[in-house]
Amino acid sequence: MSSEGAVQPFEFVACLELREMLGRVAWDERELLAGIEDAPADSLYYHTRSYFLRSRYLSALYPNDFATWAAIQVRDRVLGERLAVVDPFDFGDVELLRADLISVIDAHLGSRGTVPRVDTGEPFHFMRSTLIDVPATARATTLEEFRDGLARVDGSAIYYHFYEPARRRPEADPLRWLDALGRHDVADRVRALHPSMSSLDGMRAELLAICDQALGVHGA
Amino acid sequence: MPEAIHLDDYRRVVPPQTIDLLRRLAGRVRGRSLLHVNSTRVGGGVAEMLSRYVPLFEELGVPVRWDVISGAEEFFRVTKSLHNALQGQEQAFTAEMLAAYLETNRENAARLHLDSDVVIIHDPQPAALIVFTRRPASAGTGREGGRWIWRCHIDASRPQRRAWAFLRQFVTRYDGAIFSLPEFAQQLPIPQYLIHPSIDPLSEKNRDLTAEEVAAALDRLGVPRDKPILLQVSRFDRFKDPVGVINAYRLVKKHDDCRLVLAGGPADDDPEGAQVLAEVMAAAQGDADIHILVLPPAAHYEVNALQRAASIIVQKSTREGFGLTVAEGMWKGKPVIGGHAGGITEQIIEGVTGYTVTSVEGCAYRVRYLLHNPALASQMGHHGREYVRERFLITRDLAEHLALMVTLLHA
Repeated sequence: MSSEGAVQPFEFVACLELREMLGRVAWDERELLAGIEDAPADSLYYHTRSYFLRSRYLSALYPNDFATWAAIQVRDRVLGERLAVVDPFDFGDVELLRADLISVIDAHLGSRGTVPRVDTGEPFHFMRSTLIDVPATARATTLEEFRDGLARVDGSAIYYHFYEPARRRPEADPLRWLDALGRHDVADRVRALHPSMSSLDGMRAELLAICDQALGVHGA
Repeated sequence: MPEAIHLDDYRRVVPPQTIDLLRRLAGRVRGRSLLHVNSTRVGGGVAEMLSRYVPLFEELGVPVRWDVISGAEEFFRVTKSLHNALQGQEQAFTAEMLAAYLETNRENAARLHLDSDVVIIHDPQPAALIVFTRRPASAGTGREGGRWIWRCHIDASRPQRRAWAFLRQFVTRYDGAIFSLPEFAQQLPIPQYLIHPSIDPLSEKNRDLTAEEVAAALDRLGVPRDKPILLQVSRFDRFKDPVGVINAYRLVKKHDDCRLVLAGGPADDDPEGAQVLAEVMAAAQGDADIHILVLPPAAHYEVNALQRAASIIVQKSTREGFGLTVAEGMWKGKPVIGGHAGGITEQIIEGVTGYTVTSVEGCAYRVRYLLHNPALASQMGHHGREYVRERFLITRDLAEHLALMVTLLHA
């Protein structure tokens, strides 16, 4: 059952990131491991998620910077693939993500006699980013309005609401809002999406399809 | 006089939400003042960039000024040496040279009004201004003084240590630094932000031109359009390797007929330009298909026409701050062959928008390959234009500077 209209409106929020270099580099996979151990949470978010925000054009091998660096710069495709398959959206807590990345690299290094390092490539530069949120002009009090907002907001709003659960404002959680609206069916379907397997445009299309189906839009 | 460009004009080239986002972001710092200081009003990428930024910041409600330091010839000789040393060239510095640098900065600090909420100092020339400035209180920050940022546009990844040690003593006094690429970052006790530079799609250098306009410009420049044109646009600077481009052209020319155009001009703050130009002229002597065009700094229309007439854009730099001529070429739908240096590698997606090369031979091979595969060249040009639309336009750059202001002023 829907209780549309009885909850606070959902305010769409766009964002952009201010990128910061931490001045730390890794020339080999052990230094990468040590860097991941020490990196602030914002750095792990940056290197595993914000690819989707900064590159809507496919310009890297994987959306995970650690994986791309291992595969391209170190030419260790095995580690690149093992890191690429770590899905940052599987982890509710960034420390669990950190532990998994460390464990993948540690196990990989344990199986090798030497530490693979950059030969002719570039070192890994640890970065982090600050998300600056900017109210979008869209708000929704019903599922129809939510669908319309999704269709017209800047791609960065899709990123903010669906790719950054830990860094967005709590009230910007679309799942919580959909649940409050009584549209648990829609919330459950959105919950089942895999952001890491989509571009922002692809994610937007999937969200619109879910809304259209829930709204009984012809052709959905 | 060209017509003034307004923010809404950019809706023609970027998604409409981009402009809306800029306006809302600017709302958070509206009324907070911004000052840019560099060393020249004409010539070079920084001056060109600032001339576009300033009116757009104004339109966004951010009061902005752009001041230029002045100095004697000796000062600019020192800063050119400093610039080269920071880009890795061995340079000798005497105590007198460093004293002249400091004295000019002291004089300029006394002359300029450096009292904005955010002050962005560009490149090494005015970097020491901060030493001679009392930092007055900035309204609303709750901290003493405006926020000072040092913006480094050059490739400082492997600086001569003495030069960097000299400059570092000033840079560490800033509230932050901006570099164009992660590899330019240094060990510094201040935040180091990453902001790529950008091009303005509506400027005279990048706006759309008709075929007639392109033809007329090339006629005036004396460049026939009877064979494919390879083009490098850059000031005559050794780091841009113009002689290397001529050598690559000569390798191509053994098999494929084409023209080479090297277009550029020395900037006000570059005393070495004339010497490099003489070397280039000597290297090109005797080949009527090589066109060396020394253009005035304001020849944006001519550069635009040349880029649109070219079959392939070359930017064979060996060191590069960022190399925005790459983005300019891509914006015109051209494949770009660039040196594996600085921001060129950030702009070229290998095999998708162009190629990066590390030698004269590599450059020649890629030129030949593209000349023989025009459909691929055209596809690369298309991808390049879309990649620039996403990553290297002034609207993205403005947004990141506003984000920086928001962060610095806790707005």
